[in-house]
Amino acid sequence: MSTKTDKIDRLAALTAQRETTTGGSLWVEAFRRLRSSKMALIGVAIMALFVVIALIGPWIAPHNPTSQLWRDEVFTNRGEFVGPRGENWLGLDHLGRDQLSRMLVGARQTLLVGVISTVLGFVVGALIGGVSGAALAFGGRAGQRLDTVLMRFIDMMLAMPSLLLAVSIAAVMGQSLTTVMIAVGVVQVPIFARLLRGSMLSQANADYVLAARALGVRRRRVVMGHVLPNSLGPVIVQSTLALATAIIEAAALSYLGLGNPDAAQPEWGVMLAQAERFFDEAPFMAICPALGIIVTALGFTLLGESMREALDPKLRS
Amino acid sequence: MPLLSVDELKVTFQGQGRRASTAVSGVSFDVDEGQVVGLVGESGCGKSVTSLALMGLLPKKGVRVEGRADYRGTDLLSLRPSAMRDLRGTQLAMIFQDPLSSLNPVVPIGVQVTEILSRHRGMRGQAARDEAAALLERVGIPDPTRRLKEYPHQLSGGMRQRALIAMAVACAPRLLIADEPTTALDVTIQAQILELLKELVDQEGTALLMITHDLGVVAGLCDDVNVLYAGKVVESADRRNLFAEPAHPYAHGLLNSIPRLDAPRGQPLNPVRGSINDQIAWADGCAFAPRCDHYTLECLEGAPELGPLAGAGAPAGHQVRCVNPVRERLETVTLADVGAGDDSPAEPVTQKEETSE
Repeated sequence: MSTKTDKIDRLAALTAQRETTTGGSLWVEAFRRLRSSKMALIGVAIMALFVVIALIGPWIAPHNPTSQLWRDEVFTNRGEFVGPRGENWLGLDHLGRDQLSRMLVGARQTLLVGVISTVLGFVVGALIGGVSGAALAFGGRAGQRLDTVLMRFIDMMLAMPSLLLAVSIAAVMGQSLTTVMIAVGVVQVPIFARLLRGSMLSQANADYVLAARALGVRRRRVVMGHVLPNSLGPVIVQSTLALATAIIEAAALSYLGLGNPDAAQPEWGVMLAQAERFFDEAPFMAICPALGIIVTALGFTLLGESMREALDPKLRS
Repeated sequence: MPLLSVDELKVTFQGQGRRASTAVSGVSFDVDEGQVVGLVGESGCGKSVTSLALMGLLPKKGVRVEGRADYRGTDLLSLRPSAMRDLRGTQLAMIFQDPLSSLNPVVPIGVQVTEILSRHRGMRGQAARDEAAALLERVGIPDPTRRLKEYPHQLSGGMRQRALIAMAVACAPRLLIADEPTTALDVTIQAQILELLKELVDQEGTALLMITHDLGVVAGLCDDVNVLYAGKVVESADRRNLFAEPAHPYAHGLLNSIPRLDAPRGQPLNPVRGSINDQIAWADGCAFAPRCDHYTLECLEGAPELGPLAGAGAPAGHQVRCVNPVRERLETVTLADVGAGDDSPAEPVTQKEETSE
């Protein structure tokens, strides 16, 4: 008798449990899958480390990143660079500045350029792509024309090699940090625009859009409430990948001498550019910032890739 | 005057640099207030295109829609898009085939239901949510307040279709178009959904245009049936007359092809031979002639007209588009079987036959 009531209690407990488990939305599901992916965790860890360094870098730097040493202090007796040693873990650069301190302080600048330029590219690109996609799918003949105009403009931007485009923008606008951000951001615009437009067009033919239209839902509401939320997934994934390329492109611009004119201000790309001349004698000068850029870019890419996988409709339960 | 009167509806798809293809070539039928009308035919016969054309949901580009569809005195086909949008949901509503893809996967059910209420009835906030819960309750979804917060993938197939029906009837439309609403569902759920549709139609006096290829659904639900072939109505009759005495060879073949449970083992099935072919135009004669067992040379002299079934004892309102209609009562289906569908919608049409000893 007691076993029977036990069983009933257990069953009741089970059913009660099932009532309370509320599976979440697409994004909650995706987050759950993301949490169980090693790739995503590594990516997030690298990103977090990078962000923390960018925030507190100036305070934990052992030396002043801009203070220089005399020539005889920089070079050892045989005229060689000072490599990693107890006082300077990553050695000194050609002006006797502490490499580790420069790396730590430079992270902030690198992150700033990456994030702001990506946000810029995302906002402008999504705006153009969103308007274009909505116009083509729901705007009738006038919308079709608007889409054509916008997309040919985007195609023109895509036709230029991205670095060349960034270099020309930086060259026209003059040397400043803002220029770097704008140049790198503009390069991202066509990618975001094309991606969102394509994503929206594929959603515009979905059954639920037809079903919503069959019940008289207004076009504005169909676009904002149905098509857009379903189209943003790939664009958000792209933005993490774009962040990685933005850092690399910003570094490339600095390397080409189009970056921040204040050369004393440490930045990974600038450091790499300055190390070029001494690559034979002092490879560590180049290796440190290069590794920094590679690892950071890898972190963002890992996160982006695993987000893409987590949001993949084929894996959705 | 009928609620909806479709007259010579013709839909042509004209791709750039491609030959125009006619999906619907002159379909006419009426739907009265509170009536359930079936539109039956195999894949590619123009059923879904007809319904989309009536709702004004076909793409504008590359599609030509001709004819008239009078709904309470206004022609749906020539209505401005904005006026049509106001009619959709309030006067006309539609239920689609696949309940999963017809719901937005990233938006909770509640938002999708209240969106209709705010669009057409101006309801906002808590009032809209309460009304949405009441609607879900009405279509038989248990615990509606919880379901409102859930996403489509958390609901079962039957429940999703119920939610879609709730959205469709949210503003008490006068005409509901159901495009194969049970095709994607299990047989048991099919029966429940058909029961629900029937109940709603009976209670509200809503007219239902049922688009299906399932003769079982027709037997259980429809008052009048139009059989479509290659974009034309080939037979139009009262349900009982159609099942008892299908006059068009195509309808006859369809009903004859339903396998019987009591058939002796090893007896071959009777399919309608061949398959639908859109290369054959009605202008050259009967489009069904190549698949027909009864065709004569007369069949190839222009398209036959849809006319009343001739002969003694032919029921009124039974129309057929054939020069040599089949005049034989089908032994496989009896009136009692079809009539039985009144209380059990999904019952197969070919059950054990009472007249055979």
